[in-house]
Amino acid sequence: MKLVTAIIKPFKLDDVREALSEIGVQGITVTEVKGFGRQKGHTELYRGAEYVVDFLPKVKIEAAVSSDLLDQVLDAITKSAHTGKIGDGKIFVYALEQAIRIRTGESGQEAL
Amino acid sequence: MENNIFHLQYAIDTFYFLVMGALVMWMAAGFSMLEAGLVRSKNTTEILTKNVVLFAIACTMYMIVGYDIMYEGGMFLKDIMFEGAKDSDAMVAAALADSAKNGFGGDSVYSNASDFFFQVVFVATAMSIVSGAVAERMKLWSFMVFAVVMTAVIYPLEGSWTWGGQSVFGMFKLSELFPVLDTAGKQVMEGGEAQWIGFTDFAGSGIVHMAGAAAALAGVLVLGARKGKYTKEGKVNAIQGANLPLATLGTFILWMGWFGFNGGSVLKLGDIASANSVAMVFLNTNAAAAGGVIAAIIVARILFGKADLTMALNGALAGLVAITAGPDTPTALAATIIGAIGGMLVVFSIVTLDKMKIDDPVGAISVHGVVGLWGVMAVPFTNDGTGFAAQFIGAATIFFWVFIASFITWFVIKMIMGVRVSEEEEYEGLDIGECGMEAYPEFVNK
Repeated sequence: MKLVTAIIKPFKLDDVREALSEIGVQGITVTEVKGFGRQKGHTELYRGAEYVVDFLPKVKIEAAVSSDLLDQVLDAITKSAHTGKIGDGKIFVYALEQAIRIRTGESGQEAL
Repeated sequence: MENNIFHLQYAIDTFYFLVMGALVMWMAAGFSMLEAGLVRSKNTTEILTKNVVLFAIACTMYMIVGYDIMYEGGMFLKDIMFEGAKDSDAMVAAALADSAKNGFGGDSVYSNASDFFFQVVFVATAMSIVSGAVAERMKLWSFMVFAVVMTAVIYPLEGSWTWGGQSVFGMFKLSELFPVLDTAGKQVMEGGEAQWIGFTDFAGSGIVHMAGAAAALAGVLVLGARKGKYTKEGKVNAIQGANLPLATLGTFILWMGWFGFNGGSVLKLGDIASANSVAMVFLNTNAAAAGGVIAAIIVARILFGKADLTMALNGALAGLVAITAGPDTPTALAATIIGAIGGMLVVFSIVTLDKMKIDDPVGAISVHGVVGLWGVMAVPFTNDGTGFAAQFIGAATIFFWVFIASFITWFVIKMIMGVRVSEEEEYEGLDIGECGMEAYPEFVNK
């Protein structure tokens, strides 16, 4: 089992959710987050004077998936969240030790 | 029958004056909203307090002594009771006699009380200009003391030299700067009166707006910039306004009030020629504001890469200030161009003043001062009753008097009671420090 965490542009959330549903991902967790990457935020002008927006709004998606689905998941997120412009985000993959469905007590692959 | 028509003309001219004055009064609401929108939320209550109290101070000081200095209306307006006649019947007879002498199409005859009402709201406008420029860092009560001096003496005195027709400290008259010469080099006489070229400022681009800006500039120089606005390395930091919907509402209110400001300054509605003139002034005032917006938003887009709303708002006001010195003579196209040049100037002026570290949170010095001067200097393009030299001398006289008198006043206030709040109070916000209440307590206290 793997835990996939993706930081994406907020406006791409619907596309990513749809792409994940299509390949059979059963559930995701979404958090609104702020941060910066290599672009280091950006500057705007107010009445001709610069101000820096250090942390840009992003959306963090977490999905627990079976290992054999991983490649499809990564492909789906990469394609659906892609704009080609700076700030498209990143995907992190973790090994997942255990998963338990609280209602039934099922565990492992069954709980995903 | 003729007397009845004079009665009606008197009534309609007085009514027109009062309604125009009420429109100008509403500009106080416009300034309040504009300033409340362009300061940070922690200084909102204080700027609103300043705006409502300065209006009241202006009305009271102008009543006590200002109107007497400017138009010899007597201290406490005592000379306008019965318009100099001994009772109300005599007042009616005197008004009818004046109407008969001037003729139906001549100078208007109207209630002196309406004249005071129309004039007093102009004083409040000049004073309102100051409050935005010194926002977010000045002590409330120091500002009030300055408002007393400004509205009792500084503004009424320059007003007496211009609209009041008095000579400048007994030296020269701004209305009689250069003689009108005929081809033989002799001064032209008309109806037994020598003809002069003099300073002309229809509704007060210079007399009201630039005067307010000169007082504001002096205040800002004595006061210094807001903390954090300029870094030691000379970088300009943006301090964003808290509420752009309010700033936009304020601008529209000012735009509307300006129809009274300029429209009322025709001084007469009650005959066809005057009514046409009032209509043209309304039209040109509106056209200039539109020109100002378009020019400012385009310049801001070119300079900054995006459409800066606050610049568009300042552009509208710049257009209005620019046309105020002469809204009666230009064509609608010329008025639009005069306003558009004002809108362009204001963006460059705001950026330049920031580079000079003159911190003006709402752009009042640029809108009313720089563009006010442009408005005064633009009059000769469409009005051959004046010239560039006469306009410049008039503008310089107003500017130097108001700037120097204000600077001294601010300086004395600084010596006696201080002008600036403590660094800690500035950080916490003037709402709590000066007024003890937040503008939006539910966002803070919950």
